[in-house]
Amino acid sequence: MTLTLELQNQKERTPIVAQTVFLGAGLAFLLAAPLFFYPVFLMKLLCFALFACAFNLLLGYTGLLSFGHAAFFGGAAYFTGHAVKEWGLPPELGILAGVVGAALLGVVIGFFAIRRQGIYFAMITLALAQMFYFFCLQAEFTHGEDGIQSVPRGHLFGFIDLSQSSNMYYFVLAVFVIGIAIIWRIINSPFGMILKSIRENETRAISLGYSVRNYKLGAFVMSAALTGLAGGLKALVFQFATLTDVGWQMSGEVILMTLLGGIGTLIGPLFGAALVVTLQNYLATSEFPVTIITGVVFMICVLLFRRGIVGEFYNSRLGRRLGFEHRQKH
Amino acid sequence: MPLQNGAPRVVLSARGLRRDFGGFTAVKDVDLDVHHARVHALIGPNGAGKTTVFNLLTKFLQPTHGTITLLGEDITNTAPDKVARMGLVRSFQISAVFPHLTVIDNVRVALQRPNRLATQFWKPLSALDALNGKAEQLIRSVGLEKARNAVAADLSYGRKRVLEIATTLALDPKVLLLDEPMAGMGLEDVGMVAEIIREVARERAVLMVEHNLSVVATLCHHVTVLQRGEILAEGDYATVSEDPRVRTAYMGTEEA
Repeated sequence: MTLTLELQNQKERTPIVAQTVFLGAGLAFLLAAPLFFYPVFLMKLLCFALFACAFNLLLGYTGLLSFGHAAFFGGAAYFTGHAVKEWGLPPELGILAGVVGAALLGVVIGFFAIRRQGIYFAMITLALAQMFYFFCLQAEFTHGEDGIQSVPRGHLFGFIDLSQSSNMYYFVLAVFVIGIAIIWRIINSPFGMILKSIRENETRAISLGYSVRNYKLGAFVMSAALTGLAGGLKALVFQFATLTDVGWQMSGEVILMTLLGGIGTLIGPLFGAALVVTLQNYLATSEFPVTIITGVVFMICVLLFRRGIVGEFYNSRLGRRLGFEHRQKH
Repeated sequence: MPLQNGAPRVVLSARGLRRDFGGFTAVKDVDLDVHHARVHALIGPNGAGKTTVFNLLTKFLQPTHGTITLLGEDITNTAPDKVARMGLVRSFQISAVFPHLTVIDNVRVALQRPNRLATQFWKPLSALDALNGKAEQLIRSVGLEKARNAVAADLSYGRKRVLEIATTLALDPKVLLLDEPMAGMGLEDVGMVAEIIREVARERAVLMVEHNLSVVATLCHHVTVLQRGEILAEGDYATVSEDPRVRTAYMGTEEA
C-alpha cells in the first residue's frame, strides 16, 4: 500500500517539476521581455492574451461558443476610458469600472443567450453584441467614429506614474498574472468541476439536480468580467477606446486566437493571441493583407492540428511525459 | 408522521398521462402509482413508450395531458432539475456518466450540490476532498473500489451502469427511476445490481424499465405492462405473466 503510494508520488513528481519549470521560465521571460521587445507591442499582446484566456473560460471549459465577446472587450475599454478621462478616476478604479460594466453587460447578454444552444447561442450573442455596437456608434459618451481619445494613464495608487512605459508594462503584467490566476482558480474550483460536468454531459447534470442555466450564466458573467479586465487595460495602454474593439471582427479574432492556441487549455489562448498579434504587427507595414495570412493560418490549424498549438503539445509524446496530457472533448 | 419507514405508500403518481409527438401519440392515458419501499417494473416491447414515460415523470418532457404528483406535490409544470432536487432521480438507458472524469470525480460531482459545494468558484479543488469519505463508501457499495481513479470512459459497459447507479444514490433520492439498469451486463453483474436495487428499495421507491424477465420476476413487487403507449396489464408478476394479452404482446406468441 505504502509502496504503491510512493510509486504514485514519484510518478506525479516529474510533471509537477516540469510544470513549475515551464511556469517559472514563462514568468522570467515576461519580466525580462521589455529589454528585448517594444513595450507597447508586449502590452498589446498581454491584453489580447488575457482576452483570449477569458473567452476560453466560456468556450473551452463550459462549451459555449460566444460570438459577441467584443461587446465586453470594447465596452470595457469605453467604460474605463470614460471613467478615467471624464470622471478623473485613478487607473485602478477606472479598470474596475470597465470590469463592472462588462459584467453587467454580460448579465444582460448572457440572460438571453444561455436559453439557446449551439449555433443559436452564438447567433444571439452576435446579435446582441451588434446592438451594443450600434449603441456605441450613436451614444454621446463614446464619441461615435472618433472614439474616446487621449485617455490619461494616470498614477497607480496615486504614486506610480503609468505614463512611463516600463511602469505601465509591469502594471499590465501584474494585472495579466492576476487575471490568469483568477481564471485558473475558477477552472480548478468546485464551481469549475460543475462546469466541466455540464460540458461533459448536460442532461446528466440536470438529472443530478443542477440548474444548468444558472451555472452557464455564472460562467458567462465571469468570462465577460475578465474580458472587461483585458479591455479596460487595453484602453489605458493605447490611451483610446474606439469602435474597432466592439465590432464583430474582434469577436471573430478572439475565437481564432483561442482555436489556434488550443481550446480547453489554460495557456493555449495566450500562445494563439501571441501568434495573431505578432502576425498583425509584422504584416501591418507590408502591402499584403493581414486577413489573408491569418485566414490561411487558421485553415492550416483546422486541417493539421485541431487541438491547437498548446493542445497538440500536451498530447504529444513529450507533453505526455511531462504530465501535460489531458483529455479533451472533440 | 406515524408512518413506518418500510411501509408502502404512494410517493409518485401519474394520472391520465399523455404525450403526442406531432400526430403520433407515444403515451396515452397512463395511470401509475409508485410506492415507497417497493420495486415497480415497467415492461413492454420496444417502442411501447417506457422511456417516454420516464422522460415525462422526470419532466425532461412536458406531458401533453395529465398530472404528476411527487410526495404530495404537483410537479406537472416543474423544471427537471427542480424535480431532481425534490428527490426524484433517474438513470438513463444509454449510460450517463461524465466520460472524461474519474470514477471518484463522477460520484463527487453528484455529491457536490447536496453538500453545498457546487458554486464556490474561489475555493481550491481540494475543498472537494471533504466528500471523499462519502464518495468512497458509495463506490464500495457498488463494488468499484478498485476502479476508483479510472476514467469513466475506460470502464466496461456494465461498470459504467453501476457507476451511474452510484452517482444516482449519491443524491439519496426518495424515488429512483432506473432505465434498463441491467441492459448489456454479464450474468454476475446482473446478480450484483439486483442485490443493490433490492437493498436500495428498502428505504426508497424504485421504478425500473427492464427486459430481463427473470430479474423482474424475482425483484419486482409490481409490474406494469405497456403496449403502444397504453397500459395493457398491471399487477404482481404472476398475475401479469399469466395474462394472455401480455403473452401475445410481449412474447410475440401465446406459447412462448
